[in-house]
Amino acid sequence: MFACLHAPGNLPLLVECAGYFSPLIEETSPDTTVFDIRGLRWIYGTLEQIVPEIQRRVGIPASLAIASNPDAAVHAARGIHGATILPQGQEAAILAPLPLYLLGGSSEFARTMDLWGIYTFGEFAGLPPLGVAARLGEEGVYMQQLARGAGNRQLRLCVDPQVFREEKELEDPVDLLEPLLFLLSQMINELCKRLYIYALSANEIRLRLGLERALSHTARLSLPAPMLDSKVLLKLLQLELNDRPPQAPVEKIRLELMPVKPRATQHGLFLPSSPEPEKLEITLARIRGLAGAANVGAAELMDTHRPGAFRMGPLTTAKGVILPLRPKLALRRFRPPCHAQVWRTDHGKPVRIFSSKGGGRVVACAGPWRTSGDWWTGEVWCHQEWDVEIQGMGVSRIYQDDLQGQWFIEGSYD
Amino acid sequence: MGTAALLRERLQTTLGSRFEATFLTRKTARETLPSLAGEIPRGALTEIAGPASSGRTSLLYSLLAAASAEQEFCALLDAEDTFDPESAAAAGVRLSQVLWVRCGGNVEHTIKASDLLAQAGGFGLVAIDLGDTPVNISRRIPLVTWFRLRHAVENTRTVLAVLTQQVLTHPCSALKIELSRNRVLWRGLLDSFEVTAKRSWNHQTQERRFTVSV
Repeated sequence: MFACLHAPGNLPLLVECAGYFSPLIEETSPDTTVFDIRGLRWIYGTLEQIVPEIQRRVGIPASLAIASNPDAAVHAARGIHGATILPQGQEAAILAPLPLYLLGGSSEFARTMDLWGIYTFGEFAGLPPLGVAARLGEEGVYMQQLARGAGNRQLRLCVDPQVFREEKELEDPVDLLEPLLFLLSQMINELCKRLYIYALSANEIRLRLGLERALSHTARLSLPAPMLDSKVLLKLLQLELNDRPPQAPVEKIRLELMPVKPRATQHGLFLPSSPEPEKLEITLARIRGLAGAANVGAAELMDTHRPGAFRMGPLTTAKGVILPLRPKLALRRFRPPCHAQVWRTDHGKPVRIFSSKGGGRVVACAGPWRTSGDWWTGEVWCHQEWDVEIQGMGVSRIYQDDLQGQWFIEGSYD
Repeated sequence: MGTAALLRERLQTTLGSRFEATFLTRKTARETLPSLAGEIPRGALTEIAGPASSGRTSLLYSLLAAASAEQEFCALLDAEDTFDPESAAAAGVRLSQVLWVRCGGNVEHTIKASDLLAQAGGFGLVAIDLGDTPVNISRRIPLVTWFRLRHAVENTRTVLAVLTQQVLTHPCSALKIELSRNRVLWRGLLDSFEVTAKRSWNHQTQERRFTVSV
C-alpha cells in the first residue's frame, strides 16, 4: 500500500513526515510525496487507524490518499480534499468523478480529450480499450490504465546522500603519531561500523588535520578495491603519516570514508591465485615508502616513438588481451643513458668505444638508424642509432644525439 | 623490412611456438628460451646468472610472459632500473600484470621490497634483477637473506627468480641456470645470440644450447 500527501508549497514538511513512517519515499512533484506504508499495519493496525496517525504527524491541512499503487494515491490526493482510502478493486469508482486534467499527459492528448468531450476519469476509463489503442497509441493505453487506478509502477526513491565523516576537536594538541593513530582508530572503527550497517565499503580515505598556527595537513588515499577492514585502513593511514607526517601539533581531525558498493568476486578453483587487495595495498604502501611512490606500479607504453617512453599505472588484470609468446632479444636500458666516447672510421662506423660501463674495440656493428620526433614541442629528440658488439663487453645499442653531438650507450642487449 | 622478413614475421605471429617446429629443419632447429622457462620450479628459489649479453634478461622476460599469460600477477624488483617495457611487451609480457619496483641502484631497498612481496603472497613470479649491480655489492648480501626469501615462498605457487652476474645464492637455490654467450650472429643486422645454459638441478648439471633472436 502507498500513501500520498499533497499540500501546495510544503514539500520539505511532507517529506519529513513521510520519513517518519517509511524509508521508501518518492518526491513526486513540488507539492506531492508518496511513501510505502506496507509495514505500518503491524504498528498501527488497519488503514482507518493509520490515516489519523499520518494526519496528526503532518500537522497542517494536507490531502491524504491511500491506495494499492502510487499513481492512484497521487490522483486521489490531488483531486479529493481530506483523507481518502481507495480499497483494492474500487479505485476506478472513486477516481471516476475527478477532472481529467489531473491525469497529465501530452498537450496533444489533452486537446484530443477536449475535442472528444471527455472531462473526467470515469468517462475516459469507460471508453473501449481497443479503440483508445487504435486512436491514441501507447500513451492512450497507459493513460486509460491510470484513469482506472490500475498503475503498477515502482516508487522513484529519493536517495539521501550518505556521508561517512567523523570530526574531532582536541582539547590539547597532539604532537606524536601514536596518540593520533589511537584517535584515528576509534574514528575508523566507528565509520566502518556505519558502512557495514548500510552494506557499503570504502574506496577512498580523506583525512584533514587541523594544525596549530592555522595550518592544515591533508591526505587522500585511493584504494584499488573497496575495503571495510578497519585494521587495513588504519595501517594505510599509519604508513601515509609515517611517510608524510604533519608539520605541527594536531588540533582537529576530520576523517571521511567515501562509500561504494562492496566488491563481489567469486574465486574459481582453477583460477590463478592473485594477491589479496587489502594485503597488497599495505605492501605497496610500504614499498612506496622505500622506493618512492613514482617508482612503484605497472608500466604502460605511451603512444610515441620516443625511445624508452613509459608511464606508471595501476596493477590490473589484462582481460581479453592475448599476446603471443615471442622469445626476443631483450634490451637492458640504462637510465640515464651512459655517456660514451666513440671513435669512428671515415665512413662514420664506430670502431672503438669507451664509457663508464666499460669499453673496447667494436667487433661488428649495424646502423645507423635515424630517428627523431617531438619537434613540435620543447622536448625534441633526434638520434642516430647503432647496434655494436664490443669486444669483452657484449652487444649494446648506442646513439649519437644529433642536437648535442654527443654519444650515449642506450642499453645492452641481453 | 624485406618481403621475406615480413612474411616470416607474419607467420611467426600467427603460429606462435609452432612456427619453429613447422618451418625449421631438424638440423637448424634449436631450443628456445620458453622451453627452459617452463622448467622453473614453483615455491623455490631459481638463480639465473650470466654476464652481460648472455640472454639472461631474455630468459627473465620469457618467464614474465609465461606467468602473465596465465593471468598471474608478477613482481619485478629492478635494482638498477634497467627494465625496458617496450622489449618486454614485444616478448609477450602483459605489462599491466607486472608490478615494477624501480629501486634506482639501492640494493638494500630491493631486498627489503622483495621480502615484503614474497611475504604478501599471491604473486606467480617474484623476480629480483641484480643483473647490473656491481658484483662486489651483490656479494655483500648475506646468505641468510636468500634463505629467508626461499623460506617465504616455500609451499606456495610463487616462482622466486634472481638474476645476477655471478652465482650468489648457491646453497639456497633449487635451480641454477648459468648462461654464457657463444657467439653473436650478424646477418647485415643483429640477428641472434647463441647461448649455452648450464642447468643445475638436484646435483645434476646439464648443458643446453639456445638461440635468442632479435
